[in-house]
Amino acid sequence: MSVLIENLARHVAGGKLVLDDVSLHVPDGAFVALVGPSGAGKTTLLRAIAGLDPASSGHVEIDGRAMEGLPPRERNVGFVFQNYALFRHLTVARNISFGLDVRPRTSRPSRAEIDAKVAELLALIQLPDLGDAYPQRLSGGQRQRVALARALATGPRLLLLDEPFGALDPMVRRAVRTWLRDLHDQLGLTTILVTHDQEEALDVADRLVVMQDGRIVQDADGETLDATPATPFVMEFLGETLRFPGVVSDGLFIPADAHVSPFSTNAAEGATEALIRPHEVTLRADAAGGAAKRVGRRGPLERLAVSLGERSVEIERPVEAPPSGPVALEIAQARLFQNGKPAVEGNHPWSDASAVLADVVPEPV
Amino acid sequence: MNLSTTLSPARGSAAPRAKGRRARDPLPGFRLALGATLLWLGLIVVLPLAALAVRPWQEGASAMLAALNDGRMFAALRVSFQSAVIAAILDLPLGLILAWALVRTRLPGRRVIDALIDLPFAIPTAVTGITLATLYSPQGWLGAPLSRLGISVAYSVTGIVAALMFVGLPFIVRSVEPVLRDLPPELEEAATLLGARPWQIVARVLTPVLLPALISGFGLAFARGIGEYGSVIFIAGNQPFRSEIAPLLVVVRLQEFDYAGATSIAFILLVASSACLAAVAMLRKRAARGLVAEGAA
Repeated sequence: MSVLIENLARHVAGGKLVLDDVSLHVPDGAFVALVGPSGAGKTTLLRAIAGLDPASSGHVEIDGRAMEGLPPRERNVGFVFQNYALFRHLTVARNISFGLDVRPRTSRPSRAEIDAKVAELLALIQLPDLGDAYPQRLSGGQRQRVALARALATGPRLLLLDEPFGALDPMVRRAVRTWLRDLHDQLGLTTILVTHDQEEALDVADRLVVMQDGRIVQDADGETLDATPATPFVMEFLGETLRFPGVVSDGLFIPADAHVSPFSTNAAEGATEALIRPHEVTLRADAAGGAAKRVGRRGPLERLAVSLGERSVEIERPVEAPPSGPVALEIAQARLFQNGKPAVEGNHPWSDASAVLADVVPEPV
Repeated sequence: MNLSTTLSPARGSAAPRAKGRRARDPLPGFRLALGATLLWLGLIVVLPLAALAVRPWQEGASAMLAALNDGRMFAALRVSFQSAVIAAILDLPLGLILAWALVRTRLPGRRVIDALIDLPFAIPTAVTGITLATLYSPQGWLGAPLSRLGISVAYSVTGIVAALMFVGLPFIVRSVEPVLRDLPPELEEAATLLGARPWQIVARVLTPVLLPALISGFGLAFARGIGEYGSVIFIAGNQPFRSEIAPLLVVVRLQEFDYAGATSIAFILLVASSACLAAVAMLRKRAARGLVAEGAA
């Protein structure tokens, strides 16, 4: 089931925009993650698709059918809440069959058919023996799967998940994540998932929709987001980021920090910021440079704190012998931003510094 | 290692001090609290009840025997209990809807409604009685159109029920409201997304979870209904054997200076109410247990 959202906006009391002109297309069979910090409007968008929070203006289509005025009951979307919202007075089996039990007599399957469906779903969520248990007895991971089975019982083709892994411990999270992805592929679902955890999103989804302050900032797959983030926020949201302010002049990016080598770029002249991941640098011995010392180690990687005069930054590199003396930083690749927008248009918005290093004269300190 | 060395001297010094006191006192001041509670309960509740239980027998068993043979008293008891049950039952759906509206919706004037609900607690019951009697009298705002339809509320059991519903409603609302506030609204949203209609959500999702609170509220409204006097006597008409309530009969006996007879009725009323409330409490316990049942044991 495809989902099409056009110019969706939602005001809350006080005039605040919680959704600001949001447009999104989720094709049939896609697995999309809505990511962003809390308050970005992810859950509101998800609830608007389900019809739980009415939009102030805009248009929602599910499977080519306009949703305006259609109550949530008739949208047939599967929704898993962050707190699971299981009915605690019903057994697991009755929780799962709830969506079938409430159907009018004419369209309700027979008792035997419902029981068969419940057994099938219990097997699918790998809890075949817990049909008679009450939700209180289940662990967080089990409750989550029961909530999912309940959402799937009525056979929706669109699954909406609100922070489905939020309440799970890290070990279970990974397992449930993989299982959920398999389920999505196996049942041919279209899934939209809300999370504030970018790593989780990168793991499980085909596409990430990054939201901030009620707007979609960028909508792309993980690789594209990392290579060409639309704003410094996207870059920072997706992982640890080092920011180097500077200027572009005569085809060279000249950092403001001491002990950082300039590199060539085809960005326009002017104030520019270079954003890099901590591993996108190399160290070069430089008698006039700053001190570097190891501050941590994880597996084959080590972290070094490098002093840049005014401040110090932490970089990451494969473990090797500690530098014997002062060092300078050479940025291997960077995304350049001017006024919060990418500085370089086109297919290669980052600058490859390695090619010009030989020509670069280190900044005098 | 560090921890144990720092802890051991403290433990050593604490041990002799604890020796004098009762070793297993979990709370400081436990005895004081227990003593105050018992004294309080004894003075306020148990002492008057004991006096009530003793009084009818002070002039021999004859007063009690006379009361037990009095058809008028049993008629009054029946009127009291019947109207209290009917009023409490009718209050249940009303109270549930009101509580739901207060908790789940953003009604304009919600605070005013919230304050209005408690009003029956605050108004002197006699004022309530006179107000209701005026309202439902054959010339009243509600009484006139109703009497044209052939329904007479004032001076009948219907009037008693109307008055008891008025005083009982806040008990239901205030019992249900906090429990409902604790229920995540996602429960109702999940149900509606699964295709449940509003009445199915009330019947299948809300009522089972709210049942203990509903029963509690019912018990309170019912108890208040049995004991209610001021708001009822003006509207009831007070015809013996038809619309005379038990508390009124107590007053009638008192006015006849028949103290033994009055306390006999009061004592029977007390025993009957206690039995009813015990039944309600048991029912609530059962309903609450159903919610946390660990499978079909």
